[in-house]
Amino acid sequence: MTDFFTSVISFDNFGQLVPLVSGSIMAGIVLGVLAGLIGPMIHARDLAFAVHGTSELSFAGASVALYFGVSVTSGAVAGSLIAAVILGMLGVRAKDRNASIGIMLPFGMGIGVLFLSLYKGRSSNKFGLLTGQIVAVDTTQLATLCAVSAFVAIALAIIWRPLFFASVDPAVAKARGIPMRTLSIVFMVLLGLTTAMAIQLVGALLVLSLLITPTAAAAKVTATPTTLCLLSIVFAVIAAVGGILLSLGPGLPISPYVTTISFVTYLVCLPIGALRRRRGWSRRA
Amino acid sequence: MTGAAVTFGDRVLWHDVDLTVRTGEFVAVLGPNGAGKTTMLRVLLGQIPLSAGTATVAGHPVTKGSVDIGYVPQQRSMDALAPIRGRDLVTMGVDGHRWGPRWPSPARRHKVDEAISVVGASSYANAPISQLSGGEQQRLRIAQALVTDPTLMLCDEPLLSLDIRHQAAVTQLIDQARRDRDIGVLFVTHEINPVLPYIDRVAYVAGGRVLVGTPDEVMRSDTLSELYGSPVQVFRRDNRIIVLADEERVPHNHGEHKAKTRD
Repeated sequence: MTDFFTSVISFDNFGQLVPLVSGSIMAGIVLGVLAGLIGPMIHARDLAFAVHGTSELSFAGASVALYFGVSVTSGAVAGSLIAAVILGMLGVRAKDRNASIGIMLPFGMGIGVLFLSLYKGRSSNKFGLLTGQIVAVDTTQLATLCAVSAFVAIALAIIWRPLFFASVDPAVAKARGIPMRTLSIVFMVLLGLTTAMAIQLVGALLVLSLLITPTAAAAKVTATPTTLCLLSIVFAVIAAVGGILLSLGPGLPISPYVTTISFVTYLVCLPIGALRRRRGWSRRA
Repeated sequence: MTGAAVTFGDRVLWHDVDLTVRTGEFVAVLGPNGAGKTTMLRVLLGQIPLSAGTATVAGHPVTKGSVDIGYVPQQRSMDALAPIRGRDLVTMGVDGHRWGPRWPSPARRHKVDEAISVVGASSYANAPISQLSGGEQQRLRIAQALVTDPTLMLCDEPLLSLDIRHQAAVTQLIDQARRDRDIGVLFVTHEINPVLPYIDRVAYVAGGRVLVGTPDEVMRSDTLSELYGSPVQVFRRDNRIIVLADEERVPHNHGEHKAKTRD
């Protein structure tokens, strides 16, 4: 039992290891901010399952790219963009969408598994696509990540207001002349880009822990959109960076650490939210 | 609307509709399910084109997203998923359709506060909307519709799934708003009685036509029988109206096929 804990939690050589992964930590921060930023909109549009579907197609794209020896990042981006456009065109209704995602997801997964099995290179590359590998972030990857994140952040800032209106109050938003379908497609493209970036940190299987859990936790304790956004960024950054740091000592993949921190944040927010509700929410007379 | 008609494929929903809602006038749109009551609102919102005739709002041809229109949809349980407050709903009514980030603005804040206090929702405007009752949510929706100072209010069954007390409160609010601000109100409902004390005229949609007039002119056995093309009985007692229509023989395509009672 003690063996298990020492092999999972360890701070041996922590001081020497941290400087070596400063690039990864940067990537963790950038990705955490990005995930925390887009999270509230995923939440408002009820897209958790779509994120999962997109990440599987992104995984398929990445494994195809790995097999053909081209950039894994561009493969992941291509895969998730295809998924995003298809899902965006399906419209905003969760009911229509979920079945199509359920059809797409295993197909993408299958393609991914096929090309990973055909791939003859290092097996850690294979595992990394599914469960994440950030320790080996090079400067090109970091630059791509920053550029894509900046693009997504700016685009989100421009479309945020009408998109949020369309997400939480579709009937009135439509009456106000908001282009619902166009916005839906644009947002799915942004989401696809984010997913493709997140896959490189936590892997296809665990993307949800960065894109969904931080916002879900934040939504338990606040109903103010701005606070929700800030809290979800803070939670996502803590999960991403904390996961990287904790995984250093034991030399294990970062994803279990990221997902556990994410999950614990949610568990902590749950009773706080229940308490707030019982006391009567925010000065309600 | 003048000489207006809407066609889906080769089915004419209604035709030759002439209806003008004057400023400060409260018009109820009645009729069986599927007769095209909501379609009338969607035409005015620019979401469905007319196949004949013209439709104008505040003197302009209808456009999508006109600021002259305040729209109050059916009360559906607002998605509990989206953690927003009543105040955010009203704020979206002001500028939710604009692009770019929303910068803090005291003027907007003041406007939102005012709209919320007009509908008497100040005490719960900062609570999550998912925790409010249907009546409270509908009050906030009215604030959201009023915040742009519209000249026409379109209400699509705003009383649905509210209890009688809230039905009366919501109707009174809309009535008060149109009197104070000279707003024309087009109010789709399948129950006339909650709105009967307030309305000026009725637009009864049935059998592909729309009959417009005061409740006394329209809500009569002979006029409605003629409109439906089959016998309809209208009873009035103590300021309540009950319409008994033999829907088996009524020429419309959707809706229930049982005898239907409205009271």
